[in-house]
Amino acid sequence: METKPDLNIDRSVGDFHYDVDYEFDAGIGLSEKTIDYICDVKKDPDWIREFRKEALRKFNSMPMPTNWASHDLDNIVFENIRYYLSQGTQPKRSWDDVPEDVKRTFERLGIPEQERKFLAGVEAQFDSEAAYSNIKAAVGEQGVIFVGSTEGLHNHPEIFKKWFGKVIPTGDNKFSALNSAVFSGGSFIYIPPGVKVKHPLQAYFRINAENFGQFERTLIIADEGSEVMYMEGCTAPKFETSTLHSAVVELVALKGAKIQYITVQNWSANVFNLVTKRGLAHEEAEIKWIDCNIGSRLTMKYPGVIMKGRKARGEVISIALAGDGQHQDTGAKMVHAADETTSNIVSKSISLGSGRSTYRGLVQIGRHLKGCKNNTECDALLINTESRTDTYPAITVRGKENACQHEASVSKISAEQIFYMQQRGISEAAAMSLAVNGFVNDLVQQFPMEYSVELKRLIDLEMEGSVG
Amino acid sequence: MSLKIENLHAKIGDREILKGLNLEIPKGEVHAIMGKNGSGKSTLAKVMAGHPDYEVTGGQVLLDELNLFEMEEPDQRARAGLFVAFQYPMEIPGVTIANFIRAALQARLPEGEELDAVEYYHHLYEKMDMLKIDRKFTSRAVNEGFSGGEKKRCEVLQMAMLNPVYAVLDETDSGLDIDALRIVSEGVNAMRSPERGLLVITHYQRLLDYIVPDVVHVMVDGRIVMSGDKTLAHKLEAEGYDWVEKEILQKA
Repeated sequence: METKPDLNIDRSVGDFHYDVDYEFDAGIGLSEKTIDYICDVKKDPDWIREFRKEALRKFNSMPMPTNWASHDLDNIVFENIRYYLSQGTQPKRSWDDVPEDVKRTFERLGIPEQERKFLAGVEAQFDSEAAYSNIKAAVGEQGVIFVGSTEGLHNHPEIFKKWFGKVIPTGDNKFSALNSAVFSGGSFIYIPPGVKVKHPLQAYFRINAENFGQFERTLIIADEGSEVMYMEGCTAPKFETSTLHSAVVELVALKGAKIQYITVQNWSANVFNLVTKRGLAHEEAEIKWIDCNIGSRLTMKYPGVIMKGRKARGEVISIALAGDGQHQDTGAKMVHAADETTSNIVSKSISLGSGRSTYRGLVQIGRHLKGCKNNTECDALLINTESRTDTYPAITVRGKENACQHEASVSKISAEQIFYMQQRGISEAAAMSLAVNGFVNDLVQQFPMEYSVELKRLIDLEMEGSVG
Repeated sequence: MSLKIENLHAKIGDREILKGLNLEIPKGEVHAIMGKNGSGKSTLAKVMAGHPDYEVTGGQVLLDELNLFEMEEPDQRARAGLFVAFQYPMEIPGVTIANFIRAALQARLPEGEELDAVEYYHHLYEKMDMLKIDRKFTSRAVNEGFSGGEKKRCEVLQMAMLNPVYAVLDETDSGLDIDALRIVSEGVNAMRSPERGLLVITHYQRLLDYIVPDVVHVMVDGRIVMSGDKTLAHKLEAEGYDWVEKEILQKA
């Protein structure tokens, strides 16, 4: 196998690209043929083939949501995208078995090292398929399943089929339909009753190819009284043409279970990142999304929790950084569907240069419910006059015995603050970074240590590039 | 070796505030500038620090041999050894004092060199103890929700940690009660050294009972019009500034 060290290093840590030979390539464009190709390669069962084709029909029939969302969506050319690229469908259990050309990408991103240090399990996806997937023996012995979606489908159909597509229906939106048609990769996780996974499970999603679409599909089921923390990281090199990332993530927390889902994405500025994430929380269960959106050309993502059982709890903590030319359109959805359910949304956005942040929040509490509470806080920080921020809260609280509070603020880093910091010897860029880190500091403290360090570093990199 | 201000002119917008100011502070000395509100005292501090609102229209400032105005960015001047304790220090939400001072010290190290965290905290606690600042303050955001006295102590803490060659203290006594004034002054006095020059800007003579200056200057309308020893401060306190202005008029 010939590999050319086609290195193209930028200030951004994920912006490099090695040439890779792909064994399987669905080619450019999207049709039933594409889906048959994917199904054949993955040896999908018939019901999945049907599920995909039905999803394709829905995708084709649904309009782009440009009546409310960014018109930049119209710039996605679906017929120019490659929908499936892989070197094979079987992830390796040992890094030694991962092909050299793929392995060095992950080594450069520090994944094997992090796994040794503090993770209970890792899945590393390269374009369409996981190249590596493994959990620590002790975790596996507890009955925890942590595999790719294809493996989950083949080896654990009884759990997979029960929940797959149940939290987010195919036709939820145009991009969940697209994902349902061509999904590949992502994680399938099952935590048995009462098992508390001590260390985080991590997935890393890497886009390596140009004109490519990554459509991972993640399904996490935490059985009664269990606990799990899942973290995902994402990067892609900077290409001239745009790349599409459109994931669907479904979480199910059964009675008394806790799921914490942490995302730190650092997409390059050519990626359309259009992701649907939702969790279903049963009685006394808790689902918490911690979502950090850095990079991408346009991100649209509104993690949600449906609180289905009494005393269920949902939380979304999100940080979005919209750099020059980027648009972070993020938010949260909280659907209260049982008594005494509580939800909390804290959103902080930072807009730099011509970057734009949008917050969209949806909170629903029905008239028949009692003792439900929602708290929403969204704060925006603007770094120069070109920046733009918008807030669209949609809060529907009915019933007298429910409570909801909403707070929003917009602030700026003033020239006086920067001057003050500079007088202490701190450069302008470092001063901006400090101020931005200060703005998100209270949220970052909720992160596992390793991730808060990573986030701080990403913010620093983004700030460095944005100050003349 | 000195901080030498020569014929300094500066304006904000169209308004000229410094109108040919001359002043030299040799290393090892403490000088005080007194003057009425609006005489340009704070402007002098900001202009030297490189505040973007002010434009220097003439003259120069030499920091030992370095021409201050050849360094465009305020952080370059700071790293060259100039420190200003501000009259109204800015709040930096979310940035803890410990992280802030650490970033400032880190900025002084060569690229690739990391500040030793253990040593840093040791040093920080030592200075905080001296200034009677509760150690809980390390995790509080810079100046956020601080009382006037806490802000000023925090400024002196930063000065003590950054160890400047020349420091300008702008109205460091304002907002301090008598106990805080004593503590802050002790902190400043501890910084007196043959290797450092200090310039204390104040409205009141009171501060100068605690930080005894070698030379007292009087500033009127953007210039130093009179200099003397510490007795000059007492005279200003007792008799006000009017006689200074009269004397200048007579000379003119």
